[in-house]
Amino acid sequence: MTPLAEAPMQRERATTIYEKSKTGRRAAVLPDAGVPETPIEDLIPANLLRSDPPNLPEVAEPEIVRHYNRLSRRNFDLDSGFYPLGSCTMKHNPRLNERVAALPGHARLHPAQDPRRAQGALELMYLLQQSLSEICGLPGVSLQPSAGSHGELAGLLLTRAYHADRGETRSKVLAPDTAHGTNPASVTMAGYEVVKVATNERGGVDMDDLRAKIAAEGPDQIASLMLTNPNTLGLFDENIEEIAALIHEAGGTLYYDGANLNAIMGRTRPGDMGFDIVHLNLHKSFSQPHGGGGPGAGPIAVSSRIEPFLPRPQVVRKDAENGHGPSFDLDFDRPRSIGRLRGFQGNFGVFVRSYAYILSLGADGLTEASETAVLNANYLKARLAEGRAGERLPIAFDRHCMHEFVLSGRPMKNELGLATLDLAKRLLDFGFHPPTVYFPLLVDEALMVEPTETETKESLDAFADAIEEILAEAESDPEAAKNAPYSTPVRRLDEVRATRKPVVRQSFDAPAAAAATGEADFNDATSPSGGSDA
Amino acid sequence: MAEANYPDDLRYHDQHDWVRLDGDDAALFGITWFAQDTLGEVVFFEPPEVGTTVTKDQPYAEVESVKAVSDVIAPMSGEVTEVNDALSDSPEQINEDPYGEGWMIKVKLASPEEHESLLTAAEYQKLLDR
Amino acid sequence: MSRYTSATPDDRAEMLAAIGVASVDDLFEQIPGRLRLGRPLELPAGMSEAEVYERLAALAGRNVDAEEQVSFLGAGMYDHYVPAIVDAITSRSEFLTPYTPYQPEISQGGLQVMFEFQTAMSELTGLPVSNAGLYEGPSSVASAGYLAMGATKRRKFVVSRGVHPHSRETLATYSVGYGAEVVEVGLEGGVTDSAALAAAVDDETAAVIMQSPNFLGAVEDVEALGAAAKEHGALLVVACDPMTLGILKPPGECGADIAIGEGQPLGNRLDFGGPSFGFFCATEAQIRRMPGRIAGETEDVDGRRGFVLALQTREQHIRREKATNNICTAQALNALGAMVHLAWLGREGFRELGELLVRRTAYARERLAAVEGVELLHDEPVVREFAVRLDAPVDRVLDRVAERGIAAGYPLGRDYEEFEDGLLVAVTERRTPEQIDGLAEALGAAIAAERGANVADSATTAPQGAVA
Repeated sequence: MTPLAEAPMQRERATTIYEKSKTGRRAAVLPDAGVPETPIEDLIPANLLRSDPPNLPEVAEPEIVRHYNRLSRRNFDLDSGFYPLGSCTMKHNPRLNERVAALPGHARLHPAQDPRRAQGALELMYLLQQSLSEICGLPGVSLQPSAGSHGELAGLLLTRAYHADRGETRSKVLAPDTAHGTNPASVTMAGYEVVKVATNERGGVDMDDLRAKIAAEGPDQIASLMLTNPNTLGLFDENIEEIAALIHEAGGTLYYDGANLNAIMGRTRPGDMGFDIVHLNLHKSFSQPHGGGGPGAGPIAVSSRIEPFLPRPQVVRKDAENGHGPSFDLDFDRPRSIGRLRGFQGNFGVFVRSYAYILSLGADGLTEASETAVLNANYLKARLAEGRAGERLPIAFDRHCMHEFVLSGRPMKNELGLATLDLAKRLLDFGFHPPTVYFPLLVDEALMVEPTETETKESLDAFADAIEEILAEAESDPEAAKNAPYSTPVRRLDEVRATRKPVVRQSFDAPAAAAATGEADFNDATSPSGGSDA
Repeated sequence: MAEANYPDDLRYHDQHDWVRLDGDDAALFGITWFAQDTLGEVVFFEPPEVGTTVTKDQPYAEVESVKAVSDVIAPMSGEVTEVNDALSDSPEQINEDPYGEGWMIKVKLASPEEHESLLTAAEYQKLLDR
Repeated sequence: MSRYTSATPDDRAEMLAAIGVASVDDLFEQIPGRLRLGRPLELPAGMSEAEVYERLAALAGRNVDAEEQVSFLGAGMYDHYVPAIVDAITSRSEFLTPYTPYQPEISQGGLQVMFEFQTAMSELTGLPVSNAGLYEGPSSVASAGYLAMGATKRRKFVVSRGVHPHSRETLATYSVGYGAEVVEVGLEGGVTDSAALAAAVDDETAAVIMQSPNFLGAVEDVEALGAAAKEHGALLVVACDPMTLGILKPPGECGADIAIGEGQPLGNRLDFGGPSFGFFCATEAQIRRMPGRIAGETEDVDGRRGFVLALQTREQHIRREKATNNICTAQALNALGAMVHLAWLGREGFRELGELLVRRTAYARERLAAVEGVELLHDEPVVREFAVRLDAPVDRVLDRVAERGIAAGYPLGRDYEEFEDGLLVAVTERRTPEQIDGLAEALGAAIAAERGANVADSATTAPQGAVA
């Protein structure tokens, strides 16, 4: 085993908060009720009451803090290192955005507050809508969807409503074989059937196949085409105008999966390409932290023909009257709306962060962000075209990429016996988060690399050097990578067991000895920082 | 079983399923060594219900590994008369003994003559070699 | 070089040379000329950090939040005290900035939090299986409906009118896509009309969906109501407020197949409605149909205990059009907040908080019922929220009370035409008995004034909003 990054994370035996529980310990001190201590049974009939309290841990505050701080050190995170996870846009999360989201006027604003007493929040939402509308080149925006996949479902329900309004029933949604998994899953939930469209030799939509599929299904059955552009190969589809024309001719809507918007801000706009419905991932292009898998938000922008069907309520601006400034309101009176997709007004805290981001960067900054994202991706692609990587990890479609690119690990697997998974696991030892692996499905042993604009050239170089080193190592010692990682809190895990006989919660049947062993194991921690920074 | 193996007494469907005749109008179905090897360690198999109809070339069940799901295709048509319930607890039998304990369903055949259209072990292996 | 990027002119020159192009524009050549924007975005120029802060602070200042107003607003989201350690832990980079734990070896922290969270939600709801969270409450109700369709191969939902109006509307929106029918069952005396429910459920029903406490705050007899579902082989879906589950019989002990709900009361701030999280618990039989992520315990090659994402084949990134749900982004950080809050409350504290809510709410209910012009909308048992009728226009009364720095509650007329005079009042541990007394007094005064104003029929006395 050659140079391992020093283990930055705890390698103690995992002990849950429940296993640290001891009867009689507690953290919370509650206020006195200050009202008569009527027995609960006198207020709620006994048959509706719980007999045993839930088994929550009994732990004092210092131990809770220590437990979760130690757990946190068993995570790799963007703030600690390069995270080139394709399709996920792991860009820097500015702390300013956290600060402004936490202002009491935002954080402690009740969602059912009368709109007249939530004018700042509604104005912020309105301004964010306007900004996203301009970035997308589409007039209507709803901030309601909670995530990209939620936006997709919204878009498909909008398509259904639009067609129903015209007296049409359509059953098929086209999607390229390179599409994100959420696309076909959303299609099914929206009651459509997905029809796959092939990819051409340039990595774009195969136009002949598209025409053939439209003809085979019947143009009047085509509800929509869902497309990511640049697509999941990181390539801009040069035929987009013709694609739009074909879909519109058939009477379908063109849906834009905005997961890859980070490539094109200020350079081109989905609305100008002919898209009718766009979802944006505020947790990708607009810097909302990913939080270990959420929260995010998936606002949608739509063309004027789709606008009447947007979810309700909509945030609207009312012109000044009686010498007052303009005011903002929630508009529920939208008779053609598809209705609600969730409670209240959406993930407002995410809107605050993303609006702060847009204000910080401004028009120039957003454009520069996209340009630098594309520059960084192409530079890293060029670096990985050199040396061993160029030989063993060829680019899947060899042309300039946008913000990400896809490599194939097939030669590496054939020639060195190293699967893409092995390379990914070995990268962990070098202190890098691996790229997205095994996606898109079209590319054998795929690695999808998205560096983002917030990485330095030095980070990109270090990553390319690490890949080179791992490939060199594999030439002499293929086992090193196959058994990686070595330096992480745990090594490769038995996923088969976790799925054959899933254990998805703590059992309280076992003897309570766990707490004691957990304490003892603390001393085995190998982290150099030990606990000094807890 | 670690080594590729395609018994001569079975017939094969090109979607990697096998058939073992049981009398004139009944048969057992399962998936081949190649299928289970491609899939990796099987973690879940949900059989169809007894009494349902399966149609040649159409999926009748799904088999899952940790990160893949695959349709199981019926090599012949008929009605399900028995399912291998043991697989719900021990899906690993599909890997360990694909032609024995790993059988999936027993079918009363609707068209026994379909058997003739299936591949022999040699033909199937030729297909795999391509 | 601008905010958050770091490529210097020299870096750029070197990088362009390595790529083999003269300028960044060359990289955008793949975008057809007609589609290039060719002008700057019509957005303001970038601002300094201090300027952005001031701009956002000014907007925040135009909201009336629960810091400056005594708030009895609830209706699904509640002004609980979120302990300081929740902020401290959820703001750590290691929890704030990673992506989904697809590489388990370097995501043990997040995965273990999911496992602990699943355990807590399973304990709260009395159901053996929990996922790691969904977007929020109402869409979780719609997801429960989707699971029930898959489990029963049926396409009809019978829904109590006591279910949160946002949940009912969300379910209706989704059901257009599902191709499912939604049948609503009315309320009788504040709770679900059991005879009407029994009549509505049939052998085509995929799920019977109810909420307890329901939107009017009333605790439903889930067990009794659920019998109709059992009889016809439908799944029993119960939406619940997690903060009441230290007191109330858990849905799993009442026959529920699925328990879902809005998680905000646990460790999440109000945030004008989100982000928060939804929880989703079910019986073992449904585990392979569950939406969202599920962490499972296992071991590594050295026998060390660890956690992974289990049962991933359910999810969209593998099963695609056959996935159990399209959800991808979850609410891991919000679920962490909940877990820390629950650990802080602990086994005893959680129950005590529930009792505190019951007692203070009982006090508030009694105080308000004694006010002239206020009567109880129902007298069913409640935990933390109750409904009253006002003998004066609710909106005008609310405006008058707001002038005294109090948000009196949620006007039920927004969602229930039969309760135009209804007001939903929520109590948390932050609402002191003195504040409750203040509410009673302010309500009494406002109603009296409205009645007076009504007699005078004078538009000039109509109140202005506090921040119009």
